Amino acid sequence: MSADPYEGPVVLPDDPGLGPEVQLDYPGYRSTQWRAPRHPLVTMPEELHALEGPVFGESALDELDNDLTRQHGGEPLGERILVHGRVLGDDGRPVRGALVEVWQANAAGRYRHQVDRHPAPLDPNFSGAGRCLTDGEGRYSFTTIRPGAYPWRNHDNAWRPAHIHFSIFGRLFTQRLVTQMYFPGDPLMPYDPIVNSVRDPRSRELLVARFDLERTEPEWALAFEWDVVLQSTPFEQP
Amino acid sequence: MRTPSQTVGPYFAIGMCRRPDDELAPDGIELRGRLLDGRGDGIDDGVVELWEPRSRAWGRCGTGAGGEFAFRVPRDAPHLEVTVFARGLLRHQLTRVYVSGEGVPAGHETLVAEHEGDGLRFDIRMQGENATVFFAH
Repeated sequence: MSADPYEGPVVLPDDPGLGPEVQLDYPGYRSTQWRAPRHPLVTMPEELHALEGPVFGESALDELDNDLTRQHGGEPLGERILVHGRVLGDDGRPVRGALVEVWQANAAGRYRHQVDRHPAPLDPNFSGAGRCLTDGEGRYSFTTIRPGAYPWRNHDNAWRPAHIHFSIFGRLFTQRLVTQMYFPGDPLMPYDPIVNSVRDPRSRELLVARFDLERTEPEWALAFEWDVVLQSTPFEQP
Repeated sequence: MRTPSQTVGPYFAIGMCRRPDDELAPDGIELRGRLLDGRGDGIDDGVVELWEPRSRAWGRCGTGAGGEFAFRVPRDAPHLEVTVFARGLLRHQLTRVYVSGEGVPAGHETLVAEHEGDGLRFDIRMQGENATVFFAH
């Protein structure tokens, strides 16, 4: 713990000028204090702009990796949902064969992880981990349950809005992205320093899924659609 | 407009460390190091990924107590691309580790691994006077 606790605002005012950049040393998110780089970044070696990243095939997947509700003997508790969307370059082209990894809390807001001490129940039928590869149109989909919000000790009465963590390997080395997907209308978002480390409100909106009534499966599951747009570069080949 | 980054948080192992992925080359050389914060303390909830494009070898290792990570990497690789994630790090950082001191560009001198026993050592310092050089991306 820091000897000099931060007592300023947890959430800083919007600044649309920052675009999609997160503010690395966001003071309201206390853990950034000793971890965010503070020295100037150096120019990336030229060859990294067009460098291809690792390619993962079907061997990276286990059966039922994209259905988090069927990985155990029984069904997990919670609201069943389908989460789907596309992985795209910022030129609008689909990123095919991208490995998408997800992890999340259970419906009670508890992670199956030894560090999570939140006194909410674990669910013996929910691990909270999934993987899939995007198809020829850049599409991914997961069946899961809606995660719960949970407290964290960042500041007084701090709660994380419900979210699903996404890790994505695009085609290029520079298209690597780890981020979080949030749910529309979550009242906790305006109070969350991690969400608000993205200070451009239009960019922040890209972290929020859209309720998708059309893909909702009657008598079975609600659906949410969330596209992920990766940085592409002028060097990229069609 | 591209999707912004968010931290991996403390529970990334659930999704990112399901399989041991720390061998880029089974008969390679051991590369060990520590991921360190601005006070010199180990970051025990970070992830380091290595990518060696010539041999298309990729690996990943979640850091343990003291911020320790360890890989087995190709012996003949001149350098490997390094990606760093951690709780408290809102966007991943990119750097590089040079396996030998040859052909190291100006400005990258601190990115050369040290020989230690039969292997190599490369510590990653997020902040401070000897902070690791990270690339703008």
